[in-house]
Amino acid sequence: MTKVVAVTGNEAVANAFRQVEPDVCAAYPITPQTELMQRFASFVSDGKVKTELVLVESEHSALSACVGAAAAGGRVATATASQGLALAWEILFIASGFRLPIVMPVVNRALSAPINIHCDHSDAMGARDSGWIQLWSENAQEAYDNTIQAFRIAEHMDIRLPVMICYDGFIISHSIERIEYLDDELVKKFVGEYKPLYPLLDVDKPKSYGPLILTDLYMEVRRSQAEVYKKVPKVVLEVAKEFKKISGRSYGLFEAYRLDDAEIGVVILNSAAGTTKDVIDEYRAQGVKVGLLKPRLFRPFPYEEVGEALKHLKAVCVLDRADGFGGSFGPLYLDIAASLCNFKEKPILINRIYGLGGRDYMPEHAQQVIEELQKIAKTGKVKILKEYIGVRE
Amino acid sequence: MEKIEVRWHGRGGQGTVTAAKVFADACLSGGRYVQAFPEYGPERAGAPLRAYNRISSKELRMHCPVSNPDVVVVVDPTLIESIDVTEGAKDNASFIVNSSKDPKELREKLKLKSTQKIYVVDATKIALECFGRPMPNSPMVGALNRVTGLVNLETLLEDVKKSFGKKFAQKIIDGNLLAVKRGYEEVKEG
Repeated sequence: MTKVVAVTGNEAVANAFRQVEPDVCAAYPITPQTELMQRFASFVSDGKVKTELVLVESEHSALSACVGAAAAGGRVATATASQGLALAWEILFIASGFRLPIVMPVVNRALSAPINIHCDHSDAMGARDSGWIQLWSENAQEAYDNTIQAFRIAEHMDIRLPVMICYDGFIISHSIERIEYLDDELVKKFVGEYKPLYPLLDVDKPKSYGPLILTDLYMEVRRSQAEVYKKVPKVVLEVAKEFKKISGRSYGLFEAYRLDDAEIGVVILNSAAGTTKDVIDEYRAQGVKVGLLKPRLFRPFPYEEVGEALKHLKAVCVLDRADGFGGSFGPLYLDIAASLCNFKEKPILINRIYGLGGRDYMPEHAQQVIEELQKIAKTGKVKILKEYIGVRE
Repeated sequence: MEKIEVRWHGRGGQGTVTAAKVFADACLSGGRYVQAFPEYGPERAGAPLRAYNRISSKELRMHCPVSNPDVVVVVDPTLIESIDVTEGAKDNASFIVNSSKDPKELREKLKLKSTQKIYVVDATKIALECFGRPMPNSPMVGALNRVTGLVNLETLLEDVKKSFGKKFAQKIIDGNLLAVKRGYEEVKEG
C-alpha cells in the first residue's frame, strides 16, 4: 500500500497536495518554498490534478486570493516562507478571523535584514499569534504527514481555522530523505469530500463576510473566537488517531522522547530535535537521565499538557531558532516558562539561541547543552539564563 | 553495516549533488534509510562544493553535515590543492579519488593514515570515452558503490537509468550507464 521513496521535503509536501487535490491554490515563489509550488504546478500542468492554480504577483495577493476562494466555498491551499509570510501578514488575521480552513506550509527561513535564505524560525514565530494553527515537523515524513492531517484539522466543523505546517528550510525542504507515501486513494478517503461552511457561492442563501463590528460587539466576537482554540488539541489528537490507522505512524500534541524517567530535558523544534535525540541516546548509554520534548502543535500551545510533561525535571534548556529582540527570551522559551510557572515544584529553565540564518546545529551543541544541564541539576545554580550557542563572539 | 556517512567534494556543474542523490536512491533497496544533501552555498559553476550521504539500517535522525565521514569521494582532483579533503575523516575511512595518478602518490599527497584506504579511478577519462563529456559523476557513483558494496551493480544501473527519466537522448543514457559500470569495474585500491 505504501510507497517508499527518497525525495526532498518540498517534493513530499507537493505530493501531499497532489493527493489531496485542493480546489484552488494561489501562490507566489519564495526560496526555500519555490520547489514545492513548482512541483505542484507541474502536477496541474500535467493534468494530474484539477486544482485551479492562481499565479499572482505577491504573497499578499496569494493569500488574498486564498481567502476569496475559501470564502466562496472551496478547499484551498498555498505555501510560503520568510519575507513572503511577512508580506502576507495583514491577510493572516483575515483568514483566521473569517475562520477559513486554508492550509499553508511555511518553509522556515530567516527574515531580512540582513537578507538570508537559510533556516530560522523567525518567520513562523512572528505569525504565532495570528490565529492560525501551527504544526511543526521534524523531517520530510512529518511534513508530509502533517500536511495531510492539516486539511482534516482545518476543516473540522468544530474548528474551521487556517493551518500552517512548518518545516526547516533547506535542511528538510531541499534534503533528500527516505519517506513513505500513502496510497492516493487512502489519502483522498482520509481527507474526504470538502464540506463548505457558509459559502458565498451559495447564492440562494446570501451572506456577507467581513462586516464592520465596533465597540458594541467586537469583544464578544473575539471572545467567541478564543473559545474555538480550546477545542483544537482534542481535534488534533482525534485526527492523529485516525491517521495512525492508515499510516501506522503516531502523532501527538508533542513528542516526549525518553522523558518519563529523565532528570534533565531539552525542548527544541523541528529538524534539530532529531540530531538532539541521537546525542541523548549517547548520554543515556552512559547513564545520564536526559530526555527531550519536541512541540508539534505549537499554536494553540498545549500549556497544561506540556507543563505536566516537564514539571518533574530538575533542569530544562529551551533551544530557540529565533530570538525575541527587546531584551526578552526566545519565543519557545516564553511558552515553556508559561506552561511551568504555576507549579510549586518545577525545573530550572535556561534559554539558548541556536542556528539562526542556517548556522549548523551540530551534535556538539546538544552535548554542550546537556553538560550544562547536568551541572545545573547538581548545583542548582544558573550562570547565564539566556545566551547564543554556536556563535563566534 | 549500521551506518555509513559519505562526504563528496566536487565543483559546481560536475553533477556531484546529482551523484549523491542517485546513490541515496539506489541504497533505498533493502529497507535502508537514506539522506542526500548538499552544503547550501551560492551555486556557481566551478566553485568548490560538498555534498553528503547517510545510509543506515536504522532511522536517520541526524540533520546536520557529516563531520566524520567513513567515505570521502573526491570528484575533482584539483580540489586537493586548495582544501583539506581528509578533515575529520575516520581512522578507517576510505578515499575515492578521480585521478589518473598512481594511488601511492595520492596516498602520500593526502598524508593518509596507514589505517585509511585509498581508491583511484580515472572517472573523467571514462566519462569522455563513454559519452564524450568530462562529467565524472557517473563513474564516481559506480566506484563508490564498489567500495561500499551497498547495492548490487544491476540495482544501481536501474536507478541511474530511472534518474535520467525521459529528458535525455538514449545515447547519453547508455553512455552514462556504461560509465557507471566502468567506474565500478576500474576503481583500484592502492
